[in-house]
Amino acid sequence: MEYNDMVMDHFSNPRNVGTIEDASGVGTVGNAQCGDIMKVYLKIEGDVVQDAKFKTFGCGAAVATSSMATELIIGKTIKEALQITNKTVLDALGGLPSAKVHCSCLAEEALHAALWDYAQKNDIIIEGIKIPVETH
Amino acid sequence: MNPPKKVLYFDNAATTPLHPKVLEHMMPYLTEQYGNPSGVYSFAREVRKGIEHAREQVAEAIFARPGEIFFTSSGTEANNWVLKGVVETLQHKGGHIITTAIEHHAITHVSSALSKQGVEITYLPVDNEGFVSPSDLIAAIRPDTILISIMWANNEIGTIQPIPELSAIAKSRGVLFHTDAVQAVGHIPVNVENLPIDFLTMSAHKFSGPKGVGALYIRKGTKVNSILFGGAQEKNRRAGTENVAGIIGMGAALNLAVANLKEEQEKVTMLRDYLIERIETTIPKVALNGPRAENTRLPGNVNFSFDYIEGESLLLLLDMQGCCASSGSACSSASLEPSHVLLSLGISHEKAHGSIRFSLGRENTREEIDQLMEILPKQVKQLRAMSPLAEEAETSKAEYEL
Repeated sequence: MEYNDMVMDHFSNPRNVGTIEDASGVGTVGNAQCGDIMKVYLKIEGDVVQDAKFKTFGCGAAVATSSMATELIIGKTIKEALQITNKTVLDALGGLPSAKVHCSCLAEEALHAALWDYAQKNDIIIEGIKIPVETH
Repeated sequence: MNPPKKVLYFDNAATTPLHPKVLEHMMPYLTEQYGNPSGVYSFAREVRKGIEHAREQVAEAIFARPGEIFFTSSGTEANNWVLKGVVETLQHKGGHIITTAIEHHAITHVSSALSKQGVEITYLPVDNEGFVSPSDLIAAIRPDTILISIMWANNEIGTIQPIPELSAIAKSRGVLFHTDAVQAVGHIPVNVENLPIDFLTMSAHKFSGPKGVGALYIRKGTKVNSILFGGAQEKNRRAGTENVAGIIGMGAALNLAVANLKEEQEKVTMLRDYLIERIETTIPKVALNGPRAENTRLPGNVNFSFDYIEGESLLLLLDMQGCCASSGSACSSASLEPSHVLLSLGISHEKAHGSIRFSLGRENTREEIDQLMEILPKQVKQLRAMSPLAEEAETSKAEYEL
């Protein structure tokens, strides 16, 4: 099992690590049992994701996919953000070892969970959003 | 090509570097001494002599007789041989095997395969330091129990089992006793002469010998069916042309290991205790996995859980600095479950995912440990800074203090 250079770069220099104090939406997915937890913070103004931060407990792939997913979502409209799938993250990273592909699914779920939280807080309906599964 | 980066090697329980003197002993058998040891001509008989000398060296190291040593391709093969062979040999007596919850996969996966064929397996639990309780063993023995298999020392957490007591229980109840001593032989005293052990597994590359060769000790007169059939090698009990250079290397390596056993054991134990102390005094929120009492932990084994971080990511950071270690995290394996050994101690999934094993060997130095401690605390801090679990813990602590 080996990670490519892009994955290693996002693992060793992860982008957007941290929290957003006044986040518009926060999503946490995964659990300690399976060894991966991702927490994504989004700052949404108007209809656009202005900023994204993350905290992740997990393997190299979990950190790299969190980093890439937050990179991808910044600057997107909510509608565009919903188009980000695990495959988008996977492709942007140039692929992951097969045993690690589930980490990219977690990244997609984390983005959706944060958007769901935003929708709940603002009492709006975002079409096409996946209701987060309670994993804790 | 760039010169190879200096490696900080702390994974000696996975494998050890080949001792240069061992390679010297092996070289003739990889070059001019190529005869098949089964040949009748003198050119082949020379090779046969080399193998028999290695058998004597291995026997002497564990106080056995040469006729009780059978070379195999690995410790894994030796373990497979005992479990599958005994089941076949004693199937008329019953089909119950007792082993432990913390065995190597070379035992647990053979056991699961056998249980699919109808063999009943009891996995003895261990306490929070990894010890099997003799009273649990007594309670588990049934009239149809045909074999007890308990590892001498654990590869992940270093726990050394009370083998004299456990094997005596097996003997008193008339049950065959096997021990997977792959982590023990060549590192701590192992003596089968005065212990009622029927089978004992060894592996050469764990004590500075070559990979691809192991051995099974079978006490004289103990019946066990073969699992490999073919030629008449190993007194007709293990077919296949001998891995001659490997066998020569195993004998030479074990001979060297036991000749220097006491000094190496003391030296490596001191390094181990130094590393444990450095980690415990430098890095907060860590927990040593495995026992602390004297002579109950393998000399080279250090295993810590680092709170709030996942093992594989720490291994990757260490690797970037040329440092080799291993983890009980699920992410370093194909499954999502962390190490069965760590979970058997009763620790949480989270702590099991955050475990790192540093296994020290005869070539490690205090300076190397100092070098490791230059990088490790920073890396743990770096990963904790991005961990949502560390953040949660901080928040709840703050709330508690309010």
